[in-house]
Amino acid sequence: MIKYLIEKEFKQIFRNSFIPRLIIAYPIFMMLILPWAADLEIKNINLYIVDNNHSQYSRQLTQKAAASDYFRLTDVSSSYDEAIKSVERGDADIIMEIPANFEQDLIKSGNTKLLISANAVNGTKGGLGSSYLSSMITDFTADIKDKWIQPQKKEAITPSIKIETQYRFNPHLDYKAFMIPALMVMLLTILCGFLPALNIVGEKEKGTIEQINVTPVKKFTFIIAKIIPYWIIGFMVITICFGLAALVYGLMPIGHLSTIYLIVLLYVLTISGFGLVISNYSDTMQQAMFVMWFFVLILMLLSGLFTPINSMPHWAQIITDFNPLKYFVQVMRAVYLKGSGIMDLIPQISALMIFMVLINSWAVVSYRKKS
Amino acid sequence: MKQFLSFVTKEFYHIARDKRTILILLGIPIVQIILFGFAITTEVKDIRMAVFDPSKDEVTQKIIDKLDANEYINVVSVIDHPEDIESAFRKGKADIAVIFNQHFSDNYRHTGEASVQLITDGTDPNTASILTGYVTNILMAAQQEINVQYKSPLSITPEVKLLYNPGMKGAYNFVPGVMGLILMLICAMMTSISIVREKEMGTMEVLLVSPMKPIYIIVAKAIPYLVLSCINIITILLLSVYVLNVPVAGSLTLLFGISLLFILVSLTIGLLISTIVKTQVAAMLASGMVLMLPTILLSGMIYPTENMPFLLECITHIIPAKWYIICVKKIMVEGLGFTFVLKEVGILLVMATVLLIISLKKFNDRLE
Repeated sequence: MIKYLIEKEFKQIFRNSFIPRLIIAYPIFMMLILPWAADLEIKNINLYIVDNNHSQYSRQLTQKAAASDYFRLTDVSSSYDEAIKSVERGDADIIMEIPANFEQDLIKSGNTKLLISANAVNGTKGGLGSSYLSSMITDFTADIKDKWIQPQKKEAITPSIKIETQYRFNPHLDYKAFMIPALMVMLLTILCGFLPALNIVGEKEKGTIEQINVTPVKKFTFIIAKIIPYWIIGFMVITICFGLAALVYGLMPIGHLSTIYLIVLLYVLTISGFGLVISNYSDTMQQAMFVMWFFVLILMLLSGLFTPINSMPHWAQIITDFNPLKYFVQVMRAVYLKGSGIMDLIPQISALMIFMVLINSWAVVSYRKKS
Repeated sequence: MKQFLSFVTKEFYHIARDKRTILILLGIPIVQIILFGFAITTEVKDIRMAVFDPSKDEVTQKIIDKLDANEYINVVSVIDHPEDIESAFRKGKADIAVIFNQHFSDNYRHTGEASVQLITDGTDPNTASILTGYVTNILMAAQQEINVQYKSPLSITPEVKLLYNPGMKGAYNFVPGVMGLILMLICAMMTSISIVREKEMGTMEVLLVSPMKPIYIIVAKAIPYLVLSCINIITILLLSVYVLNVPVAGSLTLLFGISLLFILVSLTIGLLISTIVKTQVAAMLASGMVLMLPTILLSGMIYPTENMPFLLECITHIIPAKWYIICVKKIMVEGLGFTFVLKEVGILLVMATVLLIISLKKFNDRLE
């Protein structure tokens, strides 16, 4: 019985020419584009220098700024108004103003000031940009100490702490390595969540569901037959993702692939079951689509996929405990980057198992053969 | 005109019948503003720190106290072996470890060089680098306190002024993004689905044999979504001013004018999708996935577009939401006038015209 039902599901999926193409093309397209886009690193900050001093030191500082990897020098002038206009046009992100008595003060009293104005509409960019600039200025101070201050003054060494920094698991701080495993979670959620959400309600709208309802098919069998195709689709999608991650980005999981497949199995069943629950409660496809959209949006934003869960307020952290995406994202990153095995991931695996059983039972119960 | 109005009324009834969708459409902006405003932040707080201190002298103790006193940092464990760090990271129990070397104080006073190792969990590169930045700053401040007796011969003090957003609030950046996203969602997605639905159900034929011109049928379909979008813009602006304290610095009229232009662009995208696909499922998937995801990721709403590789940055230029978001930021946050958004308005106008011509042409072709 179930064999025929599954065959029917596949026929229905492949009859619509758009869906099979989407299942193959979407992951490929997204895996090729998203890792390049989803990058929160701040670089290429456009710097405008207002030089009111025109001295040897101010020119040295300008050169140093131009040579930095973080900054792109857009212009140098002696008018702050020009600089502000450049910011308003969107050409400059940050202004460094060198005051008129910069060099004189530095030589006479050893102390001088610099003014930094950063466009902080994007707070992270403004904040990070000005702190990069500040640390470049600290470097510059050290340079002139070394080069231009007479050697006898250097004798009184100021003790200093030497700081060595090490980044475990991702030594080069590669943002792609962090995002790619999580993007796979997003792809699976979208494909294996939305398609089932449109499924049962689609049959309701077409009227074909009536034909199933008059047969002796059990609710449980019916739901299983609906879910299995998405399960296979999920495996296909994740395999495409693995292949592309390895081929295009050279990213292989440090942990075992079988750990990932096990989790994918649990997760796809969970999210497809969730889609079916929504489908059961909806009257039209449009409704199902929007309800699904609403929940997926919240689940994605509160999963740690884009922003760390640790920095969320307490109430939001409690919500994330009930979010299957959170566990899946954690597992993917742990297996890919830290090489965690099944034993390390028991809390996440058991959470996903509970979700899977609960949600699919709900899908079976909420499906009504009589309307 | 009377006929046209009755068409519009019909469309309103159509939409109002589905209460759940209406609720979601009106609720999405509220939920998004609350989530983005309060829960979604890249700020790094509640840092859990492990410390390995074999030296245990007055200098290291002073530094540890200073670290612990910081409001963002909690020293959660003092470890006995540097090897324990690895497992603390694997279990997710610590974010950063500070490792002092032997005889720290002696080294510091005599050779002038004592070393500290900072080891972070680099899985999340952004958090890791912000974190090491924090800790480095605190270490530098501690060093300065210890070194009060030495006078540094040279210093340049940078004075930092943050323009437009002195509190560095994330809200200034995402409110414009949410506006772009919601308008796209309602205008492009809803319009395309509702037109395709009429086609799929066969009711489109009925409409087309009526004495109304096809163009008016389409306009009548778009009007309820336009009204819905306006309600949403007002909700978002009210929430951002009264809940998130993000003021509207520029002209409100200009802001609404630009929003209407963007709504027009989104409506034509919806129309275009509806002429390309045949079924509702395809319309939903095309607008929901092929359109929405790139809009979220490539519009500069979350990720800065200028960081992207050249080819991808070129792609972002064809995303209408990108230009709209830039406009809203300039008008709403920076308080700039019309002359500063001429380029963006021009681009949106060209997009609207081109899309309108293509979709009307395709729409008419299909009718024959």
